[in-house]
Amino acid sequence: MSFLLQVGGLEKNFDGIRALADFSCSLNKGEIVGLIGPNGAGKTTFFNVLTGFLKSDGGKAYYNGIEVSRLSPYRVARLGIARTFQILRLIQQLSVLDNVLLAFPDQPGEKLGNVFFRPSFCRRQEKKNRETALALLSSSGLTDKAHDPANALSYGQQKLLSLVCCLATGADLLLLDEPVAGIAPERIDQILEIIRSLPEQGKSAILIEHNLDAVMQVCDRVIFMDAGRKVSEGTPEEVRNDPRVIEAYID
Amino acid sequence: MEYLLHILILIGIYAILSVSLNLIAGYTGLISIAHAAFYGVGAYVAALMALKLHSPFLINVVCAVILSGFLGVLVGIPSLRIRGDYFVIATFAFQVITFSVLNNWVSFTGGPMGLPGIPQPTLFGLTISSHIGFLLMMGLLCAITLWVTHQLVKSPFGRVLKAIREDEVFAQAVGKNVAAYKVIVFVISAGTASVAGVMYAYYISFIDPTSFTVMESIFILSIVIMGGAGSFWGPVVGAVLLVTMPEVLRFVGMPSAIAANMRQIIYGGLLVAFMMWRPQGLMGRYSFQKESTRT
Repeated sequence: MSFLLQVGGLEKNFDGIRALADFSCSLNKGEIVGLIGPNGAGKTTFFNVLTGFLKSDGGKAYYNGIEVSRLSPYRVARLGIARTFQILRLIQQLSVLDNVLLAFPDQPGEKLGNVFFRPSFCRRQEKKNRETALALLSSSGLTDKAHDPANALSYGQQKLLSLVCCLATGADLLLLDEPVAGIAPERIDQILEIIRSLPEQGKSAILIEHNLDAVMQVCDRVIFMDAGRKVSEGTPEEVRNDPRVIEAYID
Repeated sequence: MEYLLHILILIGIYAILSVSLNLIAGYTGLISIAHAAFYGVGAYVAALMALKLHSPFLINVVCAVILSGFLGVLVGIPSLRIRGDYFVIATFAFQVITFSVLNNWVSFTGGPMGLPGIPQPTLFGLTISSHIGFLLMMGLLCAITLWVTHQLVKSPFGRVLKAIREDEVFAQAVGKNVAAYKVIVFVISAGTASVAGVMYAYYISFIDPTSFTVMESIFILSIVIMGGAGSFWGPVVGAVLLVTMPEVLRFVGMPSAIAANMRQIIYGGLLVAFMMWRPQGLMGRYSFQKESTRT
């Protein structure tokens, strides 16, 4: 059985603190895995190492059989791993639509030569991308905001938009860092609905989330980590009933 | 009349300089104070080639753009690792080095004595000698610069530049090769600035290093910021404003004993007022101040 993502013995130290300690996990295509654990457990560090924003101190990560833990962030993204950030990252002064358009991969109009020598080709592709982007926005209820700057959106809408941007990249693996933290309940349901529908499109996801109810609702499997290690792994039920997890969450 | 044409030609030169600086400072968010260095490299390449090799105008332009573009890569590379204040310092270093070379390599550049007697340019068998001729040529070059810039910033390429200005990390996370974009935009900007330098050298027919000091770089940056960094017409409006303002102040009719000083004071006061009440510039929506105080 080959995995979509296979991570083995990942290590990361920050000035003597082991943020990732021999962390291993794997993910099948179409699977949604929850990553839970107390603050400082190394969850976001794992995302950062996997997407090339941090260099690992050891271990390997394979995505579709390609070693990704040594690649720069944009290369990882081009291979098909998209991510959201815990602190919201969007291009605040660009319109909502432009944020989505930015996320499309392999745009001919992003190459200098095409801009000047194949303008009509660029325009055609841009028009196509625009339609796709508007469709994505309408399915997430952001159509009427399409031409507003991203910073005019509410916090929940911005979280939704960053998820839409991930979808627009066409990535097969989405790394979602607290996609529903700090937003209104209706919005949570909407975002969870999008995450739940990912496997139908052949996409997989890992989500970091403190909202355990949300994790239980959408995840096929849950990994509990603490102090950079994987402590427990299993179905949502199993992990929820693991005494070590209960202990960590009560403390 | 000649005086008016002279002002218009100067506006043209500064429009090219500020529009090209706007590409890096306004759209990509990399504040550079090395623009006068690229401007100077263009002027010196053209002057030296015209004087020593007697090579034709167009070849000199091409060589100036190539050398300046190459130097643009060198300045662009630090921007891959450092941002903000630190990058400004790096560009300052390049500016100082360039000035020192121009000023001290006496046997080659003439040093502080400059290079006099640059011949009039000949284009397709036509020698350009009159102010009108230069103005037409400036107009054409400005139009080309604006067209190229327009194509760039309205394209998906320009969208990536703005994304880099706002949030590099996000741009990388959606698969944009931020490093390549920064270097490319630096090359384009430096190459364009050198064209302004070539025109300046041919137009004035004498150049010396004092035209390409860090003060000149800061002046070009002021044009961009006052006009409106990151807006398409902003730098053009800024160039018109900042080139004509000192000239207009000439005619205010102050006692001649204090006129020169008063002009400087009024000019400085206007700059301060602008930064206080309209930090995004005349045409701009994007403000440096808002950026740095955003929580």
